[in-house]
Amino acid sequence: MRARVFVTLKPSVFDPQGRTIVDALQSLGYQNVSDVRQGKYFELDLATTERTQAEKLASDVAEQVLANPVIESYRIEVD
Amino acid sequence: MKFGIVVFPGSNCDEDAFHAARDLFGQDAEYLWHKDADLKGADVLILPGGFAHGDYLRTGAMARFSPVMGPVRAFAEAGGPVLGICNGFQILLEAGLLPGAMLRNKGLKYRCEHVHLRVEQTDTPFTAAATGGQILKIPIGHGEGNYFAPPDTLAQLEANRQVVLRYTDPQGGIDEGWNPNGSVNAIAALCNDARNVVGMMPHPERACEALLGGEDGRVIFDSILKTFRSAESLALQGSVVGNASESGARRASLSGERGR
Repeated sequence: MRARVFVTLKPSVFDPQGRTIVDALQSLGYQNVSDVRQGKYFELDLATTERTQAEKLASDVAEQVLANPVIESYRIEVD
Repeated sequence: MKFGIVVFPGSNCDEDAFHAARDLFGQDAEYLWHKDADLKGADVLILPGGFAHGDYLRTGAMARFSPVMGPVRAFAEAGGPVLGICNGFQILLEAGLLPGAMLRNKGLKYRCEHVHLRVEQTDTPFTAAATGGQILKIPIGHGEGNYFAPPDTLAQLEANRQVVLRYTDPQGGIDEGWNPNGSVNAIAALCNDARNVVGMMPHPERACEALLGGEDGRVIFDSILKTFRSAESLALQGSVVGNASESGARRASLSGERGR
């Protein structure tokens, strides 16, 4: 199975990269882009066909390694 | 006393720390490879700057899984003095030995320059020889030194006096214009609750010789030596009177029962 893991800074955490990107977009004329938050995206190929197992494995990896729970949250999609 | 300098693949300030400990302060020093299972009798540990394991996922994220971090954690939890400098600070955060996390610098630039720091706390093994309010001029070199902690953690850090150094202007005033990375509350260094683990973004090992542009970093090393000497004399008193107090015993174990 494949898991997609989206890691993003928590809403309360300032994102210097996102701020720089939104400033750049606005200076390029995209005035209607009011905010940008930059995150990380991971695709995991999992050696299992069992959905529950895959979800468990992906969330273990996200929790232990891919995200730092102090500043980041994550979302997982499995298929 | 013996310094243990922990070397991860990608550390690049290990030799500077080793040079300061051995050549400038005349102490024993030994490198500890990240795969080592023991600390080779070190009395104090330095996690030096660099880019441990390449810092690819997040700074310090993989280093906390290095085998040596097991003994490092045990040493820290037993009260042993541990100093994380720059990437070493980031590793201590990721390992949970210090609270909070690092974000990209507010201006996104890698900042490599001298900064002014105000000594906030002198009751740590790494600031014991400084005076409260003293201004130090020490270089930084980092892209991710923007310290962050959630508001409740931050309030607790301040209440417990765990902020050890702050970025200031040359006179010691807090001014956002003199905060190089956007750290919350201008935090440049902090300690754990037990005060034996300190993380700092500035590089004291690069500021121990006039040739390198300043000697203000020496006070960090002087502090370690001062702490070690007072722990030694406490342990000695304990053995003379034969009733070492609990804290005396803890300090004795801190000194590792080795002479210099």
